[in-house]
Amino acid sequence: MEQNTQSKIGQQEQLRKVLLSQERPPKAGAVSASLTFGWRALLKIKYVPEQLLDVTFFPVMFTLMFTYLFGGALAGSTSKYLQFLLPGILVQTVVFTTVYTGVALNTDISKGIFDRFRSMPIWSPSPLVGALIADTFRYGIASVIVMILGLILGFRPNGGLSGVVLGIVLILIFAFSLSWIFTVIGLILRTPNSVMGVSMTLLFPVTFASNIFVDPATMPSWLRAVVDVNPVSVLTTAVRGFMQGTIDIGEVVWVLVASAILIAIFAPITMYLYRHKR
Amino acid sequence: MNSSKPNSNYSELAVEASGLVKIFSRHRAVDGVDLAIPKGTVYGFLGPNGAGKTTTIRMLATLLKPDEGSAKILGHDLIREPGAVRSRVSLTGQFASIDENLSGMENLILIARLMGYTRKQAKTRAAELLSAFGLEEAAKRQVKKYSGGMRRRIDIAASIVVRPDLLFLDEPTTGLDPRSRNQIWDIVRVLVGTGTTVLLTTQYLEEADQLADRIAVIDHGKIIAEGTSGELKASVGSGVLHVRLLDREKRSGAQRLLSERLGTPVHLSNDPAALSARVTQTERVSEALGELAKADIRVTDFSLGQPSLDEVFLTLTGRPAVEKTSKESHA
Ligand SMILES: Nc1ncnc2c1ncn2[C@@H]1O[C@H](COP(=O)(O)OP(=O)(O)O)[C@@H](O)[C@H]1O
Ligand SMILES: [Mg+2]
Repeated sequence: MEQNTQSKIGQQEQLRKVLLSQERPPKAGAVSASLTFGWRALLKIKYVPEQLLDVTFFPVMFTLMFTYLFGGALAGSTSKYLQFLLPGILVQTVVFTTVYTGVALNTDISKGIFDRFRSMPIWSPSPLVGALIADTFRYGIASVIVMILGLILGFRPNGGLSGVVLGIVLILIFAFSLSWIFTVIGLILRTPNSVMGVSMTLLFPVTFASNIFVDPATMPSWLRAVVDVNPVSVLTTAVRGFMQGTIDIGEVVWVLVASAILIAIFAPITMYLYRHKR
Repeated sequence: MNSSKPNSNYSELAVEASGLVKIFSRHRAVDGVDLAIPKGTVYGFLGPNGAGKTTTIRMLATLLKPDEGSAKILGHDLIREPGAVRSRVSLTGQFASIDENLSGMENLILIARLMGYTRKQAKTRAAELLSAFGLEEAAKRQVKKYSGGMRRRIDIAASIVVRPDLLFLDEPTTGLDPRSRNQIWDIVRVLVGTGTTVLLTTQYLEEADQLADRIAVIDHGKIIAEGTSGELKASVGSGVLHVRLLDREKRSGAQRLLSERLGTPVHLSNDPAALSARVTQTERVSEALGELAKADIRVTDFSLGQPSLDEVFLTLTGRPAVEKTSKESHA
């Protein structure tokens, strides 16, 4: 008993010392704070490596299914179709993965840790920017996995390594920008599941009414008009261009403009909602 | 307290709020709260579930914008200088405000890095805190595998990586076992000893009584009483007199006499030889006991107890303080 009291007093003395010893560090900069949040998000992969499986399961399934089930019918031969499909599958994979950004944000907010972040003296968008940086890293991993699968199945990019890398970078830029839509959804809706549901409902038509799976030349003209202006189509065309070595700079510019517009609209909305959440 | 100069920049008050209001879709969750919390003290916010404690704290921590009213935190205007406020306060929310997927160590490093420590300093600081909070052995474990008491401690540790001038603790011990509760109380006492002002909310009357220098009793978004725990008790009456008689046959006689002398109703207890009465003026107690002796009613035992804060709450609101219910409101 006496020993207990002794150790209790010792503990309190130690705590007092720890509280009084410290010097106040200088405020963390915006970049450092964002990267710290990015580090936090990446740590989650360490504890829940399955989330990388989620990211890769669907693209692998889609690639195999479309190539072998429909490839012959759609393009004459499976290997010919794969050349067409693979850049599109990369786009689809990453676009769908952006949904998790909104889901993760919503989960965080419902857990209350965001109250702490929001009450800290840090650059206020840094938790979001950091999460997006980490997500972009995950999209990169997903892209590499799909690309390796494609190469094994017989994808042969004429654009060479640089074409592949530039194509992936373009996808990542677009995905980073697109994520801000899902942060908005993540901040508005109440539960992670509803975020998932709404986001998927939005994304399915957008990815299927695009040129990812089939050449729009075969579509009725009204649908073709829609497909042609779909940013996902524009991105897919540009990525194909990079990977097949037939890149048209105009298409790249369009993707970058679309990305900038997405950020310009949805980042401020996100920040407004974030600051005024409840 | 209301007479303190509102414009002076230097203030002995850590929190100075007037007329804070927060309305959630026409429901006035906080309905005109005034506060004057002296620096270096523990201030207790006592009220049942849904009273508006969390909402008030969230406003004071810059998380919610008040719909009406104004406040100064450590001399900084809450609305105009939220950045300055944030750099001096810290919040431990009602529900885990740490990342349960990360280990205790990683959580503290995260906060330390965000507060501006270098990677190396952050590690040192995290290790120091873990050891001071008795969490060394759990350093590498994910927080979701911690017990309730350990979670609360790591949450508080995260709030004091850089010691704040003002710490908000929202229901720090709700749901904890007595031992863990005592550990949290000790931590709060040490913190205040180092100069931090603590604003804590609680549904436990005993906790406010034990820790807080001053207490505000809040109900339906309004502060219905404020003062030291002694003052609150005194406002209700000085206490309760319990008497036990040698001869239970004489109880009705004793009841009449006591009630005449004390001027308050006298209750017959379950014990057939015992009675109790509320006392408004302590002087009358000895007179009343003297009367009993004169009437040859012999007393084996008596005590004059202070009213508990439970009784305070009952008197102020006309209903008992609701202990934690199963239906917790979120946010
Ligand atoms: N975000 C919110 N939206 C709507 N109502 C809320 C919200 N947060 C709290 N409330 C309501 O405001 C009242 C006060 O809640 P709260 O401050 O959490 O009380 P306490 O912390 O004292 O239990 C409750 O009636 C609660 O339901
Ligand atoms: Mg609460």
